[in-house]
Amino acid sequence: MRMKLSYLLGAFAISGCISAAQAQTLRVAMTTSDLPLTGGIPDNGSEGGRFAGYPIFDGLANWDFTKTDAAADLTPGLATEWKVDPNDKTIWIFTIRQGVKFHDGSTMTVDDIVWNFDRHLKESAPHFDTAQARSYRTYTGQVVKYWKIDDTHLALQTAQPFSVLPYLISRVFIVSPTQYKKIGNWLDFQMQPSGNGPFKVEKINPRVSIDLARNEEYWDKGRIPKVKKMILMPIPDANTRVAALRSGQVDWIEYPAPDSNASLKAAGFNVVVKPYPHVWVWQYNHTSDSVLQDKRLRLALNYGLDRDSMMELLAGTAKPSIGFYEKESKFFGAPKEMFKYDPEKAKALLKEAGYGPGKPLKLNVQLPTAGSGNMVPLQIGEFVQQSLREINVEVTHEVVDWGTMLTSLRQMPGKGAEPRRDAIAHGLPLGDVTNFYSQFTGMANKLGSNWSTFIHPKVDELANKAFQTFDAAERDKLIAEAHSVVVDEAAWLFVVHDLNPRALSPKVVGFNQAQSWYQDFTQLTVKD
Amino acid sequence: MLKYILRRIAYAIPIALSVSVVCFMLVHIAPGDPIDAIVPPDTPKDVVEQVRKDYGLDKPLPIQYAVWLGHVLQGDLGRSIATRRPVAGDLILAARKTFVLALTAAMFGFAIGIFLGSLAAFFKGTWIDRLAVSFAVGGVSVPHYWLGMVMVIFFSVLMNVFPAMGAGPGDWQWDWQHIQYLILPALTLSCTPIGLLTRTVRGIVSEILNQDFVTTLRGKGLRNRTMMLHVVKNAAPTILAVMGLQLGYLMGGSILVETIFSWPGTGSMLNAAIFRRDIPVIQGATLVLAMFFVMLNLIVDIMQTMIDPRIVRK
Repeated sequence: MRMKLSYLLGAFAISGCISAAQAQTLRVAMTTSDLPLTGGIPDNGSEGGRFAGYPIFDGLANWDFTKTDAAADLTPGLATEWKVDPNDKTIWIFTIRQGVKFHDGSTMTVDDIVWNFDRHLKESAPHFDTAQARSYRTYTGQVVKYWKIDDTHLALQTAQPFSVLPYLISRVFIVSPTQYKKIGNWLDFQMQPSGNGPFKVEKINPRVSIDLARNEEYWDKGRIPKVKKMILMPIPDANTRVAALRSGQVDWIEYPAPDSNASLKAAGFNVVVKPYPHVWVWQYNHTSDSVLQDKRLRLALNYGLDRDSMMELLAGTAKPSIGFYEKESKFFGAPKEMFKYDPEKAKALLKEAGYGPGKPLKLNVQLPTAGSGNMVPLQIGEFVQQSLREINVEVTHEVVDWGTMLTSLRQMPGKGAEPRRDAIAHGLPLGDVTNFYSQFTGMANKLGSNWSTFIHPKVDELANKAFQTFDAAERDKLIAEAHSVVVDEAAWLFVVHDLNPRALSPKVVGFNQAQSWYQDFTQLTVKD
Repeated sequence: MLKYILRRIAYAIPIALSVSVVCFMLVHIAPGDPIDAIVPPDTPKDVVEQVRKDYGLDKPLPIQYAVWLGHVLQGDLGRSIATRRPVAGDLILAARKTFVLALTAAMFGFAIGIFLGSLAAFFKGTWIDRLAVSFAVGGVSVPHYWLGMVMVIFFSVLMNVFPAMGAGPGDWQWDWQHIQYLILPALTLSCTPIGLLTRTVRGIVSEILNQDFVTTLRGKGLRNRTMMLHVVKNAAPTILAVMGLQLGYLMGGSILVETIFSWPGTGSMLNAAIFRRDIPVIQGATLVLAMFFVMLNLIVDIMQTMIDPRIVRK
């Protein structure tokens, strides 16, 4: 017994020593299965950008994390300002911040930024990033030309006027050409990257951790990190993340499983939730391949889903969704259809379309098992299935992993060898208004996104106008108008908006969650 | 003996080739597209096709296989589609961690299993036997993921004596700072070999104890200790075969345990690669694990012949 006691005391002493050594170190458990890429083109979706993007690098435009009571918007980053050329609205002029140093000590110039665009877009450049550049075409694809105007100005040109370009290129992280030239290739650059963000990469332990250290020379003096170090670890299993937090191995976990939140709170951990641009939906198939071409059925499903009861299952980590954008968003607009749970109305619509207790509406829906932004897809999917059964809708799930689902999303319904399905269920980001473009317009459908094939002339007209309008208020109004049409047409089954849950040790103080897919790690501290 | 060893090595070549074909075909038959690991979901289709071309995934499968096999024979397992790092480098690091885990679990499993099995055989029919058999049945039946989670809740969350996940800082070292990370996953992983070894040893030892030569030895008044040596020598080939298979199983079968404990070995590497359709990593890891299994069987076969020369004559 005495031996056991001394062993236990010893173990606690060890963990005490570890704690002291780790003071001012923030240890984060990400949900990714591996480390996001650290060479300035992070993978792993928005989580990659959150941890291996903005902490290490800056874009010309950054995200403003100071106003946490509204959705985050852009703020000057490596460009102090930007404006469209009044004589040619396809040209954007960026004023580049002066005196900014990369982590390797070199000073950033306009030429360096041109060099970075060459990395993405100029295939003949010796440093063109063959392996990664194309993965960023979503963000860089609109830029057709770029050049240095003078030592403080850069020009970017688009094929046609595109008013939301700064949102897209905010994900183009600027890296140090000096460091690249020293190392010689992008693969090794990943191990010793150099950006100009608030944290420097200290060490990469492949598949284990990214160790970051405070950048004392950061150009934005108000955002020099308060913690000395930040360690990022990939822990894909939700239960393991919770155990790691509860045992004191990490201070911060991304997306704790909803059913663990109550016990975490009871044990003194902070479970932080806040709205952010996200929606979990059924993307309906609008082609002749599916019965959901019938608007009455699309409306019936939206009225027949008991979203409020689902909230209990999700334990405060989500809120009901009745549109692509949430009700409080400036893009929500004023749709006539406000989908309140009304099973009688849903049944009446189904009856009108020829469905009822003797002839249930049968739907085949693809559902992922996990994946970025998908929350707890199986639980949500099964709840929707059960709720819709009450109105005589029989849902058959085709359960697949996330990778398979992404492949399905690229295969337009009715084409190729994919089986017939009426909808694909998943969560997706609405980080900026370009997401509306890629999901609901005919133009996007031609490019291979907008799997739904929801094409509406009014939406196309409004979206086109919006993206060519440089008055922000007018642009927002047009998007809101287009969104109203999307809701009134019940373009998708809108299910929930995620509230971006993460759990923090009580030692983490000063974190104020932004309404964004990205977060600010510079203002928080970790108590001893 | 040398002829036998050479013959066994020759047998291993077609097995290795078959394994490589199966590894290659399986990942291509499975649904999903490796390009999804590279480009965001709303990437235009023409860009997706260009990326596919860049990675050589647009070529017919037999050509892809021939190119891959050619590289494998030169020790090049290709580059990960997701990270662009050479698969071989990552695989060596991961295999080292898995080997540490599998070896420790095997040591726990073999030691406890052989001890319990022998005990059960010597005390057959008694409460000791029943207890050992119950333990064995529990060992092979308990799901790893459940046991792992219970271990974590008890030892990490409630008692806070062992870390809940990871393999410790930096490279693996045999010091307490790292060993403390190893104990829970190794114990969890050792459950199946404990159960299997207990049952196998109990069966074989009790069978040998009933053989005529043991009765003769007893009749001759041989001491228990000397008699045990004869029993062990007779039981060893079977036990060795089971141990070899189990070590192979532990190397390749730790995927769940590695995921639960975030142990950065080949299991979690394979798991992540499967979800990302990272074909070179899946092919490389499966091939290396399968080859390890083949090699292990070869070593066990050779060791069996050394202990029991009758095997060669057969």
